[in-house]
Amino acid sequence: MDLSTPVRDALAELLLTLADDEFVLGYWDSEWTGIAPMLEEDVAMSSVSQDEIGHARAWYELVASLTDDDADRLAYGRAPEEYRHAALMNHARTDWAFTVARRFLYEHADAARLESLARSSYSPLAELAVKMRREETYHLMHFEIWLRRLAEAGGEARERLAAALERLGPDAATVFSPLAGEAALVEAGILPDPLDALRSRWLERVGPVCEALGLPAPDGAAALPPDGRTRRTDEFAWLHGELTMVARSEEAATW
Amino acid sequence: MVVTRQTRDARDVVIWSALDEIADPEIPAVSVVELGVIGGFAFAPRPEGGERLTVELLPTFVGCPAIDVMQQQIGERLQALELVDEVRVEVSFAQPWTSERITPEGREKLRRSGFAPPVVTGPTFDGEELQVMLATAECPYCGSRNTTLENAFGPTLCRAIYHCADCRQPFEQFKSI
Repeated sequence: MDLSTPVRDALAELLLTLADDEFVLGYWDSEWTGIAPMLEEDVAMSSVSQDEIGHARAWYELVASLTDDDADRLAYGRAPEEYRHAALMNHARTDWAFTVARRFLYEHADAARLESLARSSYSPLAELAVKMRREETYHLMHFEIWLRRLAEAGGEARERLAAALERLGPDAATVFSPLAGEAALVEAGILPDPLDALRSRWLERVGPVCEALGLPAPDGAAALPPDGRTRRTDEFAWLHGELTMVARSEEAATW
Repeated sequence: MVVTRQTRDARDVVIWSALDEIADPEIPAVSVVELGVIGGFAFAPRPEGGERLTVELLPTFVGCPAIDVMQQQIGERLQALELVDEVRVEVSFAQPWTSERITPEGREKLRRSGFAPPVVTGPTFDGEELQVMLATAECPYCGSRNTTLENAFGPTLCRAIYHCADCRQPFEQFKSI
């Protein structure tokens, strides 16, 4: 597929948002390794995080092939303000209820996004989306089970979960922040649905689950902030220092 | 021309049998051919002269950490056959690896080494299908279906953990995907 320069740049930007979402969330949740609420969950969360970082690697390689860059540099060689993850991924790991709330909101957003991208006219993108969807089905199921478990437990578990959903709702919607060049991607069939339409589909899925459990659902009418994918927090700056530590220690090393 | 397992000449037979001697790095009981991760291979003349063999590798999971090791082992093994001037092993998602790609021999070898083979996946692989699939692992020790899922995420990305209520053994399943 021949891509004009503006379309290629817009595609690289879209792919970078996919990569950074998975990469940053994968790192935050890998912090549960060794300290998850129970041993089985320790193994599960480590596996889920490994999946996400693996997905990020595949997306970074696709970006690198379009922009003549290097996947390792994209992952570990950028300044914090150059990352393009959604504001949802700016928050630190926090507690287990917060992690489950974020995962529930994100996995549904990612599912809506991948379902659309599986129909992309850009075949390297479509092929990866098809493959990842099958893996992400496991993630979605896993965190919906946890959402129900904490919600139905009542008491402090339920209170913490509800508070986390309330706090994260506005930031979760920033997964669907409009992209520069989005119209050109939609026109070329590379992004089969506008991000705003995907946001509606996401709300149609998370809303009923939250309502059935008496939990706060994200507000579908709220306007998206203009800095949804560019806002960076001190918490992310700390994570960035952690995750780039090894790469910075010997910049000329090959891996 | 892409060579699949159905179309073989003498050189192809040598390559398939060499590939069949390469064990999966994470579950060495099965070969990369039995696991179904070889999509096919093709010979092509190189612009600079000589001939190149390109092998298509289909990862079981996108983030599988064994991909690099597999690429290296396949490349070295085929290079050693001295059939062509260059061997390339390319990772591809053009046809997604699914559980159905494990051969009947591969499924039997998995079972004999204590892994339940994956169940046949549904066409859309949505949450409802997954719930049904996850409930039906067959114990590799006693054949019972009276098993429960302990963890959909096991020691590697491609393994889930079950318990058999009849022979009271924990066992792993090669995940259905």
